[in-house]
Amino acid sequence: MHPAFSVIFFTTASGAGYGLLALLGLGTLFNWLPRDNTMIAAAGVTALALITAGLLSSTFHLGHPERAWRALTQWRSSWLSREGVMALLTYVPAVVFLGTCFLADMTSPLARIAGAMSALGAIITVFTTAMIYGSLRSIAAWHNVWVPPVYLILAAASGMLLLNTFVVWFGGPAGAYPLVSIALFVAAFAVKLAYWRHIDHGNGGTTVTTAIGVDRNSRVKLTQAPHSQENYLQQEMGFRIARRHARKLRQIAIATGFLVPIVLSVTLFFDAGLATRVATVLAVISTAVGLLIERWLFFAEAKHTVSLYYS
Amino acid sequence: MTMLPASTRKKLGLVIDLDICVGCHACATSCKEWNTGGYSAPLTDTDPYGENPSGVWFNRVHSFEVSAEDGSSRTINFPKSCLHCEDAPCVTVCPTGASFKREEDGIVLVNPDTCIGCKLCSWACPYGAREYDTDDGVMKKCTLCVDKIYNEDLPAESRVPACVGACPTGARSFGDLGDPNSGVSRVVAARNGFDLMPEQACKPVNKYLPVRKRINPAATPPRELKPAVNGVGEALLKWIDKTLSR
Repeated sequence: MHPAFSVIFFTTASGAGYGLLALLGLGTLFNWLPRDNTMIAAAGVTALALITAGLLSSTFHLGHPERAWRALTQWRSSWLSREGVMALLTYVPAVVFLGTCFLADMTSPLARIAGAMSALGAIITVFTTAMIYGSLRSIAAWHNVWVPPVYLILAAASGMLLLNTFVVWFGGPAGAYPLVSIALFVAAFAVKLAYWRHIDHGNGGTTVTTAIGVDRNSRVKLTQAPHSQENYLQQEMGFRIARRHARKLRQIAIATGFLVPIVLSVTLFFDAGLATRVATVLAVISTAVGLLIERWLFFAEAKHTVSLYYS
Repeated sequence: MTMLPASTRKKLGLVIDLDICVGCHACATSCKEWNTGGYSAPLTDTDPYGENPSGVWFNRVHSFEVSAEDGSSRTINFPKSCLHCEDAPCVTVCPTGASFKREEDGIVLVNPDTCIGCKLCSWACPYGAREYDTDDGVMKKCTLCVDKIYNEDLPAESRVPACVGACPTGARSFGDLGDPNSGVSRVVAARNGFDLMPEQACKPVNKYLPVRKRINPAATPPRELKPAVNGVGEALLKWIDKTLSR
């Protein structure tokens, strides 16, 4: 599948934003967060900025962005529509939650309810994003049980990394935060490895012989393509990446997106002032690079059944 | 509404006989001609006379060489267009309701006035039946010539999809595949018509007829030829031949 930057940016940025929002909300509900309204407000505004930038980016690849509101109507059948509805609904508790940072005590029932609702909305929205891909049977690399957990855990891990960063920069004690961060990145790494292992074995049962209806043991070769030049189907769905490059990119994604944040999170156990702060920023930058590569591969490695007609 | 109808009154569709198709592309070009002025008009071409022409087509013909295990091989010309599936995944993924399946005849269409051009339907279709028009910013697809098959300004025999009317070999038939007594349903039953990618569970309405088994030359060796005349007749003919050849 063609890796469109607008969608890669949307899923990674809004994923991190929803992850951060969910953690802030849950942290408020269960009283885990430091009593620092300014920090929570700054993190909350960042979360909403990431979410909003991602959502705007996702509308850039539309042929008619001015009609985007119509995408809110078909939630009964379409995961894309459900995502749009959930993304907008989540703004309501998120804005209330942010308001309480400025106006009220974070232990008030209003803050805790708004936080809980924000977290619920954020989790459901990320799940709907994953299901847009997970529901497409035509793409075996997406139509499997590993896709929703990958999206959810990566959103949580990248959100946790951002929360860590805010806590450290606002002078709060790192406490157990780095431990949670490490646990989430280890879990994300395990799930992503399981995903890669899954897509490396199996094509979903569709082959060129079922595509044109000939004996299963036949060899099929395209002798004449329908047209002399590449068409939309090949440009959009026929994107292929050499296996050799994919392997190398996976290694870079693993190093920058999983291992670096784990190692740098370990350093947060030692409060070293500026060095700790710098470490959090480096971890965020490295993870951003790693997750952009991971998401790029999610598209580039996914093979659509239509490519069988062109092989 | 992108919920699929529970059932459709008719299942209009095509039956394509791979045994007859010669891969002339007449179906593809006549489709382009009709539809660039039809329901989804225009079927935009970009750089049509330049180095890298590209455009929207509803019907594309692939030619494959298919080799069997015994080493024998044959060419299969394979026209592919929208299969107007009963469980069309392109319809249910549509977030706006622009994609829909008609309850009266099962035709799958896109409303060009409400499509936002998100392309998700083209991802959902396993067959690659939908093509995006970069110029219009909307998705386009085979309409089964909905603006031709019901057109009372045309003579009755012309009210078939353009591809069916254009096929010079009669490899394409059009009809109601929901009616077991229709001509298309009977030929599908008689010739073991099949679904493309049945494991994708789209329940395509269009059916394909398989290439017939090739006659194995080893199983039926050529007959030994015998002389037409024997005995005296043969001797007489030899003498005439010899005499005339002098």
